[in-house]
Amino acid sequence: MSTKDMMPNFDLFQPSDMGNAIDLLDQYGADAWPLAGGQDSLDWFKDRIKRPVAVIDLAGIPGMTGINETANGIEIGALTTLTEIAQSLLIRDNYGVLAEAASRVASPQIRNIGTIGGNICQDVRCWYYRSGVDCYRAGGNTCYADTPEGLNREHCLFEADRCVAVSPSDTAPALVALDATMLIQNSDGIREVAAEDFFIGPDVDIERVTVLEPGDILTSIRIPSTWAGANYYFEKVADRATWDFALVNIASVLRMQGNTITDLRVVCGGVQCTPRRLNGVEDIVRGSNRDAETIELASSAAARGATVLNYNGFKIPLMENLVKRAIRDS
Amino acid sequence: MRPQNQSRRNFIKGIIASGAVVSTGGLMFVSGCSETTTTPAPGSVERLISLNINGTIRRVDVLPNETLAQTLRNKLGLTGTKIGCDRGECGACSVLIDGVPNNSCSMLSHRVTGKNITTIEGIASPAGELHPVQRAMIEELAPQCGFCTPGQVISSVALLNNNPNPSREEARQALAGNLCRCGAYDHYLNAVLRAAEEIA
Ligand SMILES: Cc1cc2nc3c(=O)[nH]c(=O)nc-3n(C[C@H](O)[C@H](O)[C@H](O)COP(=O)(O)OP(=O)(O)OC[C@H]3O[C@@H](n4cnc5c(N)ncnc54)[C@H](O)[C@@H]3O)c2cc1C
Ligand code: SF4
Ligand code: FES
Ligand code: FES
Repeated sequence: MSTKDMMPNFDLFQPSDMGNAIDLLDQYGADAWPLAGGQDSLDWFKDRIKRPVAVIDLAGIPGMTGINETANGIEIGALTTLTEIAQSLLIRDNYGVLAEAASRVASPQIRNIGTIGGNICQDVRCWYYRSGVDCYRAGGNTCYADTPEGLNREHCLFEADRCVAVSPSDTAPALVALDATMLIQNSDGIREVAAEDFFIGPDVDIERVTVLEPGDILTSIRIPSTWAGANYYFEKVADRATWDFALVNIASVLRMQGNTITDLRVVCGGVQCTPRRLNGVEDIVRGSNRDAETIELASSAAARGATVLNYNGFKIPLMENLVKRAIRDS
Repeated sequence: MRPQNQSRRNFIKGIIASGAVVSTGGLMFVSGCSETTTTPAPGSVERLISLNINGTIRRVDVLPNETLAQTLRNKLGLTGTKIGCDRGECGACSVLIDGVPNNSCSMLSHRVTGKNITTIEGIASPAGELHPVQRAMIEELAPQCGFCTPGQVISSVALLNNNPNPSREEARQALAGNLCRCGAYDHYLNAVLRAAEEIA
Protein backbone atom coordinates (compact mmCIF):
# COMPACT_ATOMS: atom_id res chain seq x y z
CA MET A 1 0.00 0.00 0.00
CA SER A 2 2.11 2.84 -1.28
CA THR A 3 1.42 6.14 0.39
CA LYS A 4 1.75 8.29 -2.70
CA ASP A 5 -0.73 6.47 -4.89
CA MET A 6 -3.63 8.15 -6.54
CA MET A 7 -6.98 6.70 -5.69
CA PRO A 8 -8.50 4.88 -8.67
CA ASN A 9 -10.62 7.07 -10.93
CA PHE A 10 -14.17 7.99 -10.06
CA ASP A 11 -16.53 10.70 -11.14
CA LEU A 12 -17.21 13.23 -8.41
CA PHE A 13 -20.57 14.95 -8.14
CA GLN A 14 -21.28 17.86 -5.82
CA PRO A 15 -25.07 18.28 -5.96
CA SER A 16 -26.44 21.44 -4.39
CA ASP A 17 -29.84 20.02 -3.50
CA MET A 18 -31.32 16.82 -2.14
CA GLY A 19 -33.38 16.02 -5.27
CA ASN A 20 -30.32 16.11 -7.46
CA ALA A 21 -28.36 13.93 -5.03
CA ILE A 22 -31.11 11.32 -4.94
CA ASP A 23 -31.39 11.32 -8.75
CA LEU A 24 -27.65 10.64 -8.97
CA LEU A 25 -27.83 7.86 -6.38
CA ASP A 26 -30.68 6.25 -8.33
CA GLN A 27 -28.88 6.67 -11.64
CA TYR A 28 -25.73 4.89 -10.44
CA GLY A 29 -27.35 2.41 -8.03
CA ALA A 30 -24.79 0.13 -6.40
CA ASP A 31 -21.96 1.98 -8.23
CA ALA A 32 -22.69 5.20 -6.33
CA TRP A 33 -21.01 6.13 -3.03
CA PRO A 34 -22.41 8.90 -0.81
CA LEU A 35 -19.58 10.92 0.70
CA ALA A 36 -19.92 12.81 3.99
CA GLY A 37 -16.65 13.69 5.76
CA GLY A 38 -14.79 11.07 3.74
CA GLN A 39 -12.68 9.92 6.70
CA ASP A 40 -13.69 6.30 6.22
CA SER A 41 -14.49 6.43 2.51
CA LEU A 42 -11.15 7.66 1.17
CA ASP A 43 -9.29 4.83 2.93
CA TRP A 44 -11.45 2.27 1.14
CA PHE A 45 -10.74 3.97 -2.19
CA LYS A 46 -6.99 4.31 -1.57
CA ASP A 47 -6.76 0.64 -0.70
CA ARG A 48 -8.67 -0.13 -3.95
CA ILE A 49 -11.09 -2.35 -2.07
CA LYS A 50 -14.23 -0.34 -2.80
CA ARG A 51 -14.28 1.11 -6.30
CA PRO A 52 -17.34 3.25 -6.86
CA VAL A 53 -18.01 4.75 -10.30
CA ALA A 54 -19.66 7.87 -8.91
CA VAL A 55 -18.91 9.56 -5.61
CA ILE A 56 -21.75 11.84 -4.50
CA ASP A 57 -20.50 14.53 -2.13
CA LEU A 58 -23.37 15.35 0.23
CA ALA A 59 -21.70 18.43 1.76
CA GLY A 60 -23.34 20.93 -0.58
CA ILE A 61 -26.91 19.89 0.22
CA PRO A 62 -28.52 22.58 2.36
CA GLY A 63 -30.09 21.67 5.69
CA MET A 64 -27.99 18.60 6.44
CA THR A 65 -25.92 20.15 9.22
CA GLY A 66 -26.76 21.63 12.57
CA ILE A 67 -28.40 20.78 15.86
CA ASN A 68 -31.93 22.04 16.42
CA GLU A 69 -34.39 21.86 19.28
CA THR A 70 -37.74 20.34 18.32
CA ALA A 71 -41.07 20.06 20.16
CA ASN A 72 -39.92 16.75 21.62
CA GLY A 73 -36.12 16.75 21.81
CA ILE A 74 -33.49 17.60 19.25
CA GLU A 75 -32.72 16.87 15.61
CA ILE A 76 -29.13 16.59 14.39
CA GLY A 77 -28.32 16.89 10.69
CA ALA A 78 -26.46 13.79 9.48
CA LEU A 79 -23.57 15.93 8.22
CA THR A 80 -22.96 17.66 11.55
CA THR A 81 -19.34 17.13 12.52
CA LEU A 82 -18.33 15.15 15.58
CA THR A 83 -16.52 18.24 16.92
CA GLU A 84 -19.75 20.26 16.74
CA ILE A 85 -21.59 17.53 18.62
CA ALA A 86 -18.89 17.22 21.27
CA GLN A 87 -18.91 21.00 21.82
CA SER A 88 -22.64 21.76 21.51
CA LEU A 89 -23.96 23.13 24.79
CA LEU A 90 -27.43 21.86 23.94
CA ILE A 91 -26.10 18.31 23.66
CA ARG A 92 -23.67 18.57 26.56
CA ASP A 93 -26.35 19.87 28.91
CA ASN A 94 -29.09 17.44 27.92
CA TYR A 95 -27.56 14.41 26.20
CA GLY A 96 -24.08 14.36 27.71
CA VAL A 97 -23.55 10.70 26.86
CA LEU A 98 -23.57 11.60 23.15
CA ALA A 99 -21.24 14.59 23.55
CA GLU A 100 -18.76 12.43 25.42
CA ALA A 101 -18.96 9.60 22.92
CA ALA A 102 -18.34 12.03 20.04
CA SER A 103 -15.37 13.55 21.84
CA ARG A 104 -13.71 10.13 22.09
CA VAL A 105 -13.76 9.34 18.36
CA ALA A 106 -10.45 9.10 16.48
CA SER A 107 -8.42 12.36 16.63
CA PRO A 108 -9.21 16.10 16.66
CA GLN A 109 -8.51 16.40 12.93
CA ILE A 110 -10.86 13.52 12.11
CA ARG A 111 -13.61 14.83 14.39
CA ASN A 112 -13.31 18.25 12.75
CA ILE A 113 -14.61 16.85 9.45
CA GLY A 114 -15.96 13.38 10.24
CA THR A 115 -19.75 13.46 10.56
CA ILE A 116 -22.18 11.79 12.93
CA GLY A 117 -23.91 10.17 9.93
CA GLY A 118 -20.63 8.77 8.63
CA ASN A 119 -19.68 7.62 12.08
CA ILE A 120 -22.77 5.44 12.44
CA CYS A 121 -22.77 4.25 8.80
CA GLN A 122 -19.09 3.24 8.81
CA ASP A 123 -18.31 -0.31 7.80
CA VAL A 124 -16.69 -2.81 10.16
CA ARG A 125 -13.00 -2.53 11.04
CA CYS A 126 -12.05 -6.20 10.64
CA TRP A 127 -8.50 -6.02 9.30
CA TYR A 128 -8.92 -9.09 7.12
CA TYR A 129 -11.88 -7.54 5.36
CA ARG A 130 -10.11 -4.16 5.17
CA SER A 131 -7.13 -5.75 3.46
CA GLY A 132 -9.37 -6.90 0.64
CA VAL A 133 -9.67 -10.65 1.21
CA ASP A 134 -12.66 -12.54 -0.17
CA CYS A 135 -14.31 -13.21 3.20
CA TYR A 136 -18.05 -13.68 3.78
CA ARG A 137 -18.61 -9.96 4.23
CA ALA A 138 -16.85 -9.31 0.92
CA GLY A 139 -19.11 -11.80 -0.84
CA GLY A 140 -16.87 -14.86 -0.40
CA ASN A 141 -17.43 -18.03 1.58
CA THR A 142 -15.02 -18.06 4.49
CA CYS A 143 -14.16 -15.97 7.55
CA TYR A 144 -10.45 -15.43 8.14
CA ALA A 145 -10.86 -14.08 11.67
CA ASP A 146 -12.78 -17.04 13.05
CA THR A 147 -10.16 -19.73 12.45
CA PRO A 148 -7.69 -21.40 14.84
CA GLU A 149 -4.92 -19.03 13.66
CA GLY A 150 -7.18 -16.03 13.07
CA LEU A 151 -6.29 -12.85 14.94
CA ASN A 152 -9.60 -12.01 16.53
CA ARG A 153 -8.76 -9.96 19.60
CA GLU A 154 -11.04 -7.16 18.36
CA HIS A 155 -13.87 -9.44 17.25
CA CYS A 156 -17.28 -10.27 18.65
CA LEU A 157 -18.74 -12.07 21.65
CA PHE A 158 -22.37 -12.17 20.54
CA GLU A 159 -24.63 -12.89 17.60
CA ALA A 160 -21.94 -14.16 15.25
CA ASP A 161 -23.28 -15.54 12.01
CA ARG A 162 -20.35 -16.56 9.78
CA CYS A 163 -18.91 -13.03 10.26
CA VAL A 164 -17.50 -12.13 13.70
CA ALA A 165 -16.82 -8.41 13.11
CA VAL A 166 -18.01 -5.78 15.60
CA SER A 167 -19.68 -2.38 15.49
CA PRO A 168 -16.76 0.10 15.61
CA SER A 169 -18.63 3.33 16.26
CA ASP A 170 -18.36 5.28 19.51
CA THR A 171 -21.51 7.31 18.92
CA ALA A 172 -23.79 4.41 17.92
CA PRO A 173 -24.17 2.97 21.46
CA ALA A 174 -24.97 6.45 22.78
CA LEU A 175 -27.66 6.93 20.13
CA VAL A 176 -29.22 3.54 20.91
CA ALA A 177 -29.17 4.38 24.64
CA LEU A 178 -30.95 7.68 23.94
CA ASP A 179 -33.73 5.95 21.92
CA ALA A 180 -32.73 7.98 18.83
CA THR A 181 -34.41 7.53 15.46
CA MET A 182 -32.89 7.91 11.99
CA LEU A 183 -34.52 9.80 9.14
CA ILE A 184 -33.78 8.23 5.77
CA GLN A 185 -34.71 9.74 2.42
CA ASN A 186 -34.83 8.19 -1.05
CA SER A 187 -36.84 8.69 -4.24
CA ASP A 188 -39.88 7.09 -2.58
CA GLY A 189 -39.92 9.55 0.31
CA ILE A 190 -38.78 9.73 3.93
CA ARG A 191 -38.90 6.98 6.54
CA GLU A 192 -38.01 6.98 10.22
CA VAL A 193 -36.19 4.02 11.75
CA ALA A 194 -35.42 3.40 15.42
CA ALA A 195 -31.67 3.30 16.16
CA GLU A 196 -32.01 -0.26 17.41
CA ASP A 197 -33.44 -1.36 14.05
CA PHE A 198 -31.08 0.82 11.98
CA PHE A 199 -28.07 -1.38 12.71
CA ILE A 200 -28.26 -4.89 11.27
CA GLY A 201 -26.25 -8.02 11.94
CA PRO A 202 -24.83 -10.60 9.52
CA ASP A 203 -27.91 -12.79 10.04
CA VAL A 204 -29.97 -10.11 8.26
CA ASP A 205 -27.42 -9.09 5.61
CA ILE A 206 -23.77 -10.02 5.84
CA GLU A 207 -22.65 -7.32 3.41
CA ARG A 208 -24.24 -4.33 5.18
CA VAL A 209 -24.13 -2.94 8.70
CA THR A 210 -27.19 -0.68 8.50
CA VAL A 211 -30.58 -0.81 6.84
CA LEU A 212 -29.40 1.76 4.27
CA GLU A 213 -29.68 0.50 0.71
CA PRO A 214 -28.39 2.01 -2.53
CA GLY A 215 -30.34 5.22 -3.12
CA ASP A 216 -30.85 5.97 0.57
CA ILE A 217 -29.53 9.08 2.29
CA LEU A 218 -29.49 9.40 6.07
CA THR A 219 -30.66 12.98 6.50
CA SER A 220 -30.90 13.46 10.25
CA ILE A 221 -31.02 11.88 13.66
CA ARG A 222 -33.79 12.63 16.14
CA ILE A 223 -33.30 12.31 19.86
CA PRO A 224 -36.47 12.39 21.96
CA SER A 225 -36.44 14.22 25.27
CA THR A 226 -37.02 10.92 27.12
CA TRP A 227 -33.49 10.95 28.54
CA ALA A 228 -32.80 14.69 28.53
CA GLY A 229 -30.80 15.61 31.60
CA ALA A 230 -30.68 12.00 32.84
CA ASN A 231 -27.66 10.58 34.68
CA TYR A 232 -25.26 9.12 32.16
CA TYR A 233 -21.99 7.25 31.75
CA PHE A 234 -19.71 6.75 28.75
CA GLU A 235 -16.42 4.94 28.69
CA LYS A 236 -14.28 3.69 25.86
CA VAL A 237 -11.50 1.19 26.42
CA ALA A 238 -8.92 1.23 23.64
CA ASP A 239 -5.21 0.47 23.30
CA ARG A 240 -4.35 4.14 22.79
CA ALA A 241 -6.26 7.26 23.77
CA THR A 242 -6.20 8.69 20.23
CA TRP A 243 -7.05 7.05 16.87
CA ASP A 244 -7.76 3.61 18.25
CA PHE A 245 -11.17 2.03 18.02
CA ALA A 246 -12.91 0.78 21.11
CA LEU A 247 -12.14 -2.73 22.27
CA VAL A 248 -15.35 -2.27 24.23
CA ASN A 249 -17.27 0.93 24.89
CA ILE A 250 -20.33 1.50 27.03
CA ALA A 251 -23.05 4.15 26.97
CA SER A 252 -25.73 4.30 29.64
CA VAL A 253 -28.45 6.64 30.83
CA LEU A 254 -30.52 6.21 33.95
CA ARG A 255 -33.20 7.93 35.99
CA MET A 256 -33.43 7.76 39.77
CA GLN A 257 -36.07 8.47 42.38
CA GLY A 258 -34.42 8.69 45.76
CA ASN A 259 -32.01 5.77 45.68
CA THR A 260 -34.17 3.71 43.31
CA ILE A 261 -33.21 3.36 39.68
CA THR A 262 -36.54 3.77 37.92
CA ASP A 263 -35.39 3.20 34.36
CA LEU A 264 -32.20 2.86 32.36
CA ARG A 265 -30.52 1.94 29.09
CA VAL A 266 -27.17 0.19 28.88
CA VAL A 267 -25.52 -0.35 25.50
CA CYS A 268 -22.10 -1.73 24.54
CA GLY A 269 -20.14 -1.30 21.31
CA GLY A 270 -17.30 -3.50 20.15
CA VAL A 271 -18.94 -6.75 21.24
CA GLN A 272 -21.22 -7.67 18.34
CA CYS A 273 -21.92 -6.49 14.83
CA THR A 274 -24.50 -3.99 16.10
CA PRO A 275 -24.50 -1.92 19.28
CA ARG A 276 -25.63 -4.41 21.95
CA ARG A 277 -28.37 -3.31 24.27
CA LEU A 278 -27.92 -5.15 27.58
CA ASN A 279 -31.57 -5.98 28.23
CA GLY A 280 -30.67 -8.50 30.93
CA VAL A 281 -28.79 -5.88 32.90
CA GLU A 282 -31.58 -3.34 32.47
CA ASP A 283 -34.20 -5.84 33.73
CA ILE A 284 -32.17 -6.63 36.84
CA VAL A 285 -31.51 -3.00 37.69
CA ARG A 286 -34.84 -1.40 36.85
CA GLY A 287 -36.75 -0.76 40.09
CA SER A 288 -33.81 -1.70 42.32
CA ASN A 289 -31.86 0.38 44.75
CA ARG A 290 -28.46 1.58 43.61
CA ASP A 291 -26.35 -0.50 45.98
CA ALA A 292 -23.53 -3.01 45.96
CA GLU A 293 -25.87 -5.96 45.47
CA THR A 294 -27.61 -4.51 42.42
CA ILE A 295 -24.28 -3.52 40.90
CA GLU A 296 -22.88 -7.01 41.46
CA LEU A 297 -25.95 -8.69 39.96
CA ALA A 298 -25.88 -6.34 36.97
CA SER A 299 -22.22 -7.00 36.39
CA SER A 300 -22.67 -10.77 36.48
CA ALA A 301 -25.38 -10.50 33.80
CA ALA A 302 -23.35 -8.20 31.54
CA ALA A 303 -21.75 -10.80 29.29
CA ARG A 304 -24.26 -13.61 29.72
CA GLY A 305 -24.53 -15.65 26.53
CA ALA A 306 -21.11 -14.64 25.21
CA THR A 307 -19.19 -17.01 22.94
CA VAL A 308 -15.50 -16.26 22.99
CA LEU A 309 -13.09 -16.62 20.10
CA ASN A 310 -9.41 -17.51 20.56
CA TYR A 311 -8.14 -14.08 21.57
CA ASN A 312 -11.08 -11.98 22.76
CA GLY A 313 -11.93 -13.60 26.11
CA PHE A 314 -10.66 -10.47 27.90
CA LYS A 315 -13.74 -8.65 26.66
CA ILE A 316 -15.93 -10.52 29.17
CA PRO A 317 -14.40 -9.08 32.38
CA LEU A 318 -14.10 -5.78 30.52
CA MET A 319 -17.85 -5.71 29.90
CA GLU A 320 -18.57 -6.79 33.45
CA ASN A 321 -16.47 -4.04 34.94
CA LEU A 322 -17.79 -1.40 32.56
CA VAL A 323 -21.34 -2.30 33.55
CA LYS A 324 -20.36 -2.02 37.20
CA ARG A 325 -19.01 1.47 36.65
CA ALA A 326 -21.95 2.51 34.49
CA ILE A 327 -24.52 1.60 37.13
CA ARG A 328 -22.42 2.96 39.99
CA ASP A 329 -21.23 6.21 38.38
CA SER A 330 -24.05 7.27 36.03
CA MET B 1 26.55 -22.72 -20.40
CA ARG B 2 25.45 -20.64 -23.32
CA PRO B 3 21.76 -21.40 -23.18
CA GLN B 4 21.91 -20.71 -19.48
CA ASN B 5 23.63 -17.38 -20.08
CA GLN B 6 21.07 -16.51 -22.63
CA SER B 7 18.22 -17.26 -20.34
CA ARG B 8 19.95 -15.23 -17.67
CA ARG B 9 20.21 -12.32 -20.08
CA ASN B 10 16.55 -12.67 -20.93
CA PHE B 11 15.77 -12.76 -17.27
CA ILE B 12 17.69 -9.54 -16.64
CA LYS B 13 16.08 -7.93 -19.68
CA GLY B 14 12.73 -8.92 -18.31
CA ILE B 15 13.50 -7.30 -14.99
CA ILE B 16 14.71 -4.10 -16.58
CA ALA B 17 11.66 -3.91 -18.76
CA SER B 18 9.26 -4.51 -15.92
CA GLY B 19 11.19 -2.08 -13.73
CA ALA B 20 10.78 0.55 -16.40
CA VAL B 21 7.08 -0.14 -16.60
CA VAL B 22 6.70 0.13 -12.85
CA SER B 23 8.61 3.39 -12.59
CA THR B 24 6.70 4.94 -15.49
CA GLY B 25 3.51 3.95 -13.76
CA GLY B 26 4.74 5.60 -10.59
CA LEU B 27 5.62 8.82 -12.36
CA MET B 28 2.28 8.91 -14.05
CA PHE B 29 0.51 8.59 -10.74
CA VAL B 30 2.59 11.29 -9.12
CA SER B 31 2.09 13.75 -11.96
CA GLY B 32 -1.58 12.95 -11.76
CA CYS B 33 -2.17 12.33 -15.47
CA SER B 34 -3.01 8.63 -15.22
CA GLU B 35 -6.06 7.15 -16.88
CA THR B 36 -7.04 10.52 -18.31
CA THR B 37 -8.59 8.79 -21.30
CA THR B 38 -11.94 8.37 -19.56
CA THR B 39 -14.29 11.27 -20.18
CA PRO B 40 -15.93 12.66 -17.08
CA ALA B 41 -19.67 12.08 -16.77
CA PRO B 42 -21.88 15.09 -17.48
CA GLY B 43 -22.61 17.04 -14.31
CA SER B 44 -19.46 15.89 -12.53
CA VAL B 45 -16.89 18.36 -11.25
CA GLU B 46 -14.68 20.63 -13.37
CA ARG B 47 -10.97 19.89 -13.24
CA LEU B 48 -9.74 23.47 -13.35
CA ILE B 49 -10.48 24.93 -9.93
CA SER B 50 -9.38 27.87 -7.79
CA LEU B 51 -8.03 27.33 -4.32
CA ASN B 52 -7.41 30.10 -1.81
CA ILE B 53 -4.10 29.09 -0.26
CA ASN B 54 -2.25 31.28 2.22
CA GLY B 55 -4.21 34.27 0.99
CA THR B 56 -3.44 33.74 -2.70
CA ILE B 57 -5.87 32.38 -5.29
CA ARG B 58 -4.21 29.52 -7.16
CA ARG B 59 -5.72 28.10 -10.34
CA VAL B 60 -4.93 24.42 -10.56
CA ASP B 61 -5.89 21.35 -12.58
CA VAL B 62 -7.20 18.82 -10.07
CA LEU B 63 -8.52 15.30 -10.64
CA PRO B 64 -11.78 14.35 -8.90
CA ASN B 65 -9.92 11.62 -7.01
CA GLU B 66 -7.07 13.84 -5.82
CA THR B 67 -6.40 14.70 -2.19
CA LEU B 68 -5.48 18.17 -0.99
CA ALA B 69 -2.10 16.82 0.20
CA GLN B 70 -1.35 15.67 -3.35
CA THR B 71 -2.45 18.96 -4.90
CA LEU B 72 -0.39 20.99 -2.45
CA ARG B 73 2.75 18.93 -2.78
CA ASN B 74 2.70 17.76 -6.37
CA LYS B 75 0.95 20.58 -8.20
CA LEU B 76 1.60 23.70 -6.13
CA GLY B 77 5.09 23.02 -4.81
CA LEU B 78 3.98 23.44 -1.21
CA THR B 79 5.99 20.53 0.12
CA GLY B 80 6.06 21.77 3.72
CA THR B 81 2.91 19.70 4.22
CA LYS B 82 4.14 16.15 4.82
CA ILE B 83 2.49 12.85 3.99
CA GLY B 84 3.24 10.33 6.73
CA CYS B 85 0.57 7.66 6.57
CA ASP B 86 -1.89 8.92 3.93
CA ARG B 87 -4.63 7.33 6.07
CA GLY B 88 -5.62 9.93 8.70
CA GLU B 89 -3.47 8.26 11.32
CA CYS B 90 -0.60 10.70 11.93
CA GLY B 91 -1.50 14.37 11.35
CA ALA B 92 1.73 15.15 9.47
CA CYS B 93 -0.39 16.49 6.61
CA SER B 94 -2.42 18.89 8.82
CA VAL B 95 -3.52 22.19 7.28
CA LEU B 96 -6.02 24.78 8.42
CA ILE B 97 -9.32 24.92 6.54
CA ASP B 98 -11.09 28.12 7.58
CA GLY B 99 -8.93 28.04 10.69
CA VAL B 100 -9.71 24.42 11.63
CA PRO B 101 -7.03 21.68 11.55
CA ASN B 102 -7.74 18.93 9.04
CA ASN B 103 -5.73 16.06 7.58
CA SER B 104 -5.10 17.11 3.97
CA CYS B 105 -4.41 13.48 2.99
CA SER B 106 -8.02 12.66 3.81
CA MET B 107 -9.66 15.58 2.03
CA LEU B 108 -10.60 15.76 -1.64
CA SER B 109 -9.22 18.99 -3.14
CA HIS B 110 -12.62 19.66 -4.67
CA ARG B 111 -14.06 19.86 -1.16
CA VAL B 112 -12.10 23.00 -0.28
CA THR B 113 -12.89 25.38 -3.14
CA GLY B 114 -14.16 28.61 -1.61
CA LYS B 115 -12.43 27.94 1.72
CA ASN B 116 -9.36 29.59 3.22
CA ILE B 117 -6.53 27.09 3.30
CA THR B 118 -3.47 27.77 5.44
CA THR B 119 -0.47 25.51 5.04
CA ILE B 120 2.75 25.59 7.05
CA GLU B 121 4.15 27.97 4.40
CA GLY B 122 1.49 30.50 5.39
CA ILE B 123 2.18 30.52 9.13
CA ALA B 124 5.18 32.88 9.15
CA SER B 125 4.43 36.51 8.23
CA PRO B 126 4.74 37.44 4.52
CA ALA B 127 8.00 39.19 5.44
CA GLY B 128 9.32 35.88 6.73
CA GLU B 129 9.04 36.59 10.43
CA LEU B 130 8.37 33.33 12.28
CA HIS B 131 5.13 32.82 14.20
CA PRO B 132 5.54 32.79 18.02
CA VAL B 133 4.74 29.06 17.93
CA GLN B 134 7.58 28.45 15.50
CA ARG B 135 10.00 30.54 17.55
CA ALA B 136 8.99 28.70 20.72
CA MET B 137 9.51 25.35 19.06
CA ILE B 138 13.05 26.36 18.14
CA GLU B 139 13.70 27.66 21.66
CA GLU B 140 12.40 24.45 23.22
CA LEU B 141 14.33 22.25 20.77
CA ALA B 142 11.01 20.59 20.06
CA PRO B 143 11.66 19.01 16.64
CA GLN B 144 13.86 15.94 16.60
CA CYS B 145 13.74 14.59 13.04
CA GLY B 146 11.25 17.36 12.19
CA PHE B 147 8.90 15.32 10.03
CA CYS B 148 5.89 15.85 12.26
CA THR B 149 6.75 19.50 12.97
CA PRO B 150 4.63 21.22 10.30
CA GLY B 151 1.58 19.38 11.61
CA GLN B 152 2.45 20.18 15.24
CA VAL B 153 2.75 23.87 14.31
CA ILE B 154 -0.60 23.85 12.51
CA SER B 155 -2.43 22.26 15.48
CA SER B 156 -0.70 24.60 17.95
CA VAL B 157 -1.53 27.73 15.96
CA ALA B 158 -5.18 26.68 15.71
CA LEU B 159 -5.30 26.05 19.45
CA LEU B 160 -3.80 29.41 20.40
CA ASN B 161 -6.11 31.25 17.98
CA ASN B 162 -9.10 29.83 19.88
CA ASN B 163 -7.63 29.58 23.35
CA PRO B 164 -4.66 31.91 23.88
CA ASN B 165 -4.05 30.62 27.38
CA PRO B 166 -4.40 26.83 27.34
CA SER B 167 -3.56 24.49 30.19
CA ARG B 168 -1.00 21.80 29.50
CA GLU B 169 -3.84 19.26 29.36
CA GLU B 170 -5.77 21.37 26.85
CA ALA B 171 -2.65 21.62 24.72
CA ARG B 172 -2.19 17.86 24.97
CA GLN B 173 -5.75 17.31 23.73
CA ALA B 174 -5.30 19.79 20.87
CA LEU B 175 -2.10 18.09 19.70
CA ALA B 176 -3.44 14.55 20.23
CA GLY B 177 -3.94 14.06 16.48
CA ASN B 178 -0.27 14.67 15.68
CA LEU B 179 1.86 11.57 15.97
CA CYS B 180 5.56 12.09 16.72
CA ARG B 181 7.63 8.99 16.06
CA CYS B 182 10.58 10.62 17.83
CA GLY B 183 8.44 10.97 20.94
CA ALA B 184 9.16 14.68 21.40
CA TYR B 185 5.66 15.33 22.73
CA ASP B 186 6.67 17.04 25.96
CA HIS B 187 8.96 19.42 24.09
CA TYR B 188 6.15 20.37 21.74
CA LEU B 189 3.88 20.99 24.73
CA ASN B 190 6.56 23.14 26.38
CA ALA B 191 6.71 25.14 23.16
CA VAL B 192 2.95 25.67 23.00
CA LEU B 193 2.91 26.99 26.57
CA ARG B 194 5.93 29.20 25.92
CA ALA B 195 4.29 30.61 22.78
CA ALA B 196 1.11 31.28 24.76
CA GLU B 197 3.13 33.27 27.29
CA GLU B 198 4.81 35.21 24.53
CA ILE B 199 1.55 36.07 22.79
CA ALA B 200 -0.07 37.20 26.07
C1 LIG C 1 -7.39 6.80 11.91
C2 LIG C 1 -8.86 6.67 12.19
C3 LIG C 1 -9.28 6.45 13.49
C4 LIG C 1 -10.64 6.33 13.77
N1 LIG C 1 -11.02 6.10 15.07
C5 LIG C 1 -12.36 6.01 15.36
C6 LIG C 1 -12.80 5.82 16.69
O1 LIG C 1 -12.01 5.76 17.62
N2 LIG C 1 -14.15 5.72 16.91
C7 LIG C 1 -15.06 5.80 15.91
O2 LIG C 1 -16.25 5.72 16.17
N3 LIG C 1 -14.65 5.99 14.64
C8 LIG C 1 -13.33 6.10 14.36
N4 LIG C 1 -12.93 6.29 13.08
C9 LIG C 1 -13.91 6.33 12.06
C10 LIG C 1 -14.31 7.74 11.79
O3 LIG C 1 -14.78 8.36 12.92
C11 LIG C 1 -15.40 7.67 10.87
O4 LIG C 1 -14.81 7.14 9.73
C12 LIG C 1 -15.98 9.01 10.58
O5 LIG C 1 -16.73 9.46 11.67
C13 LIG C 1 -16.86 8.81 9.44
O6 LIG C 1 -17.49 10.01 9.17
P1 LIG C 1 -17.35 10.63 7.72
O7 LIG C 1 -18.36 11.69 7.67
O8 LIG C 1 -15.96 11.00 7.45
O9 LIG C 1 -17.79 9.37 6.84
P2 LIG C 1 -17.60 9.01 5.33
O10 LIG C 1 -16.28 8.37 5.12
O11 LIG C 1 -17.95 10.15 4.47
O12 LIG C 1 -18.75 7.91 5.23
C14 LIG C 1 -18.65 6.66 5.88
C15 LIG C 1 -19.68 5.72 5.29
O13 LIG C 1 -20.98 6.16 5.59
C16 LIG C 1 -21.73 6.43 4.43
N5 LIG C 1 -22.47 7.67 4.71
C17 LIG C 1 -21.98 8.75 5.37
N6 LIG C 1 -22.94 9.67 5.53
C18 LIG C 1 -24.05 9.18 4.96
C19 LIG C 1 -25.38 9.67 4.81
N7 LIG C 1 -25.73 10.86 5.30
N8 LIG C 1 -26.29 8.90 4.15
C20 LIG C 1 -25.91 7.69 3.68
N9 LIG C 1 -24.70 7.16 3.80
C21 LIG C 1 -23.76 7.89 4.43
C22 LIG C 1 -20.72 6.59 3.33
O14 LIG C 1 -21.26 6.24 2.08
C23 LIG C 1 -19.65 5.62 3.77
O15 LIG C 1 -20.00 4.32 3.42
C24 LIG C 1 -11.58 6.44 12.74
C25 LIG C 1 -11.17 6.67 11.44
C26 LIG C 1 -9.82 6.80 11.14
C27 LIG C 1 -9.40 7.07 9.74
S1 SF4 D 1 -14.98 -11.25 10.71
FE1 SF4 D 1 -16.39 -10.74 9.02
S2 SF4 D 1 -15.28 -9.14 7.97
FE2 SF4 D 1 -13.74 -10.22 9.20
S3 SF4 D 1 -12.90 -11.87 7.90
FE3 SF4 D 1 -14.63 -12.74 9.04
S4 SF4 D 1 -16.35 -12.48 7.58
FE4 SF4 D 1 -14.77 -11.07 6.92
S1 FES E 1 -0.49 11.77 6.21
FE1 FES E 1 -2.44 12.57 6.62
S2 FES E 1 -2.79 11.87 8.63
FE2 FES E 1 -0.92 10.88 8.15
S1 FES F 1 10.20 15.09 15.57
FE1 FES F 1 10.47 13.22 14.52
S2 FES F 1 8.40 12.60 14.26
FE2 FES F 1 8.20 14.24 15.61
